[in-house]
Amino acid sequence: MSEEDESMSDFEEGEEGSGLDFILSLDDVPSNLPPHLELLKTRVLCNSDAPQHTDTIQYSGAYAALGVDNSLRLDSFCENFKIEVNRMADDVIEFDMIGIDPAIANSFRRILIAEVPTMAIERVYIANNTSIVQDEVLAHRLGLIPIHADPRLFEYPVNAGDDRNEKNTIVFKLHVRCKRGQPRITVKSDQLQWLPNGSELPCENAKPNADSKPKTFTSFACSQDSLPEFSCNPLGPTNPDIIVAKLGPGQEIELEAHAVKGIGKTHAKWSPVATAWYRMLPEVVLLEDVEDELAEELKNKCPKQVFDIEDCGKGRRRAKAARPRDCTLCRECIRGGKEWEDRVSLRRVKNHFIFTIESTGAVPSEVLFTEAVKILEDKCERVITELS
Amino acid sequence: MEHGSHSDPSKSTFSLVDEDHTFANSIRFTLNQDPRVAFTGYSIPHPSENRVNIRVQTTGDPAREVLKDACQDLMLMCQHVRSTFNKAVEVAKSSRVRTEDTDSD
Repeated sequence: MSEEDESMSDFEEGEEGSGLDFILSLDDVPSNLPPHLELLKTRVLCNSDAPQHTDTIQYSGAYAALGVDNSLRLDSFCENFKIEVNRMADDVIEFDMIGIDPAIANSFRRILIAEVPTMAIERVYIANNTSIVQDEVLAHRLGLIPIHADPRLFEYPVNAGDDRNEKNTIVFKLHVRCKRGQPRITVKSDQLQWLPNGSELPCENAKPNADSKPKTFTSFACSQDSLPEFSCNPLGPTNPDIIVAKLGPGQEIELEAHAVKGIGKTHAKWSPVATAWYRMLPEVVLLEDVEDELAEELKNKCPKQVFDIEDCGKGRRRAKAARPRDCTLCRECIRGGKEWEDRVSLRRVKNHFIFTIESTGAVPSEVLFTEAVKILEDKCERVITELS
Repeated sequence: MEHGSHSDPSKSTFSLVDEDHTFANSIRFTLNQDPRVAFTGYSIPHPSENRVNIRVQTTGDPAREVLKDACQDLMLMCQHVRSTFNKAVEVAKSSRVRTEDTDSD
């Protein structure tokens, strides 16, 4: 392989640039892969029994025997890489990512789920809980409530979470009581009240100090709502209507919840996404003309209405794969014998991903993706510094 | 941490802590795309230990340098992905504003 590369580069560096062009224009010197190999390289074939050619060919010298270079140059990557946004709503974004290897697309997905930080309730101090929800269940439920706070403005907990200040902790208070003789009440997430000045509960471990106010669980240097980033954007749960508990007459919940920064790897409550997933672009190819009754049959076979029938004159009608994107790969269309498998070919494009990110609402989904890419960059940088 | 021999720097195993498939699989891809690499692969010796071993064997260059270049390549790819994505989002946002404007008209 290396010999061949050297000889190639010799030609490239040769004085006569036209010499290389001449050689490359010869019929028996391949510049691209032959179509059947290109198909196996770029498409997954979804046959009726099992998918075929699911792997990607990563090794740069995989096609050295054919004289085709399989290595990826950064400039060719930049030239071919494309992103198109299909759908963008408040908490969800769907986009096409074209020209990237599954290894890297999958890294983005994994980072989105497990490594992009958010804020979530980590410690709950229960002063009183006479509801039927047990303390630990209540604490767990509170932990899962998404908090509307930009995690980039906070720091990770230091000293095993013992030093709690305005930079790493958000404090919420929940105090609800259902009076005797009143109907049952439902405690919802909007009843969590943000305490910008920090904890109000006296710390039990600290010795009482007569000349200052009692020590609490946090030591805030200043009020959080005096900080410019929070004053016009109060912190709280993203959704006001998440049910936390139900209280019967005479029951009461009084607690304080401390939210800190963390990542989904530690606990799923810190995951910034409801889900992040991708699928490869489906490709539906009719290998032969499917006409008249067969076309009608094909159209009716597909539960997702992928096929249309077009008139091709002289009273003849032909099937057409009009909406391949809707194909779910149910393979209904290739059931019913070998003849259908020969008519329709279901494929997936290996380097075309339809990526969907559903945010929990704490951070907009488009920001989540850029953050995920940044995290992968940071990982590279860390390894480079470790190796230097 | 690098495990290799002093006499032959072209073959080495790099043991990275606090990394998993996320980084290892993408770096394996960029390493594989480098023509100087003869073999590369990674393993996670134990699932409850946060560690990956990345093996790099080259055709002659020091494995350490090749791995560094692969990281550099991956970083540049990420930067390109990020800028492309931001541009695409800008385009989508502006077109959404435009369609909303025409809707209200």
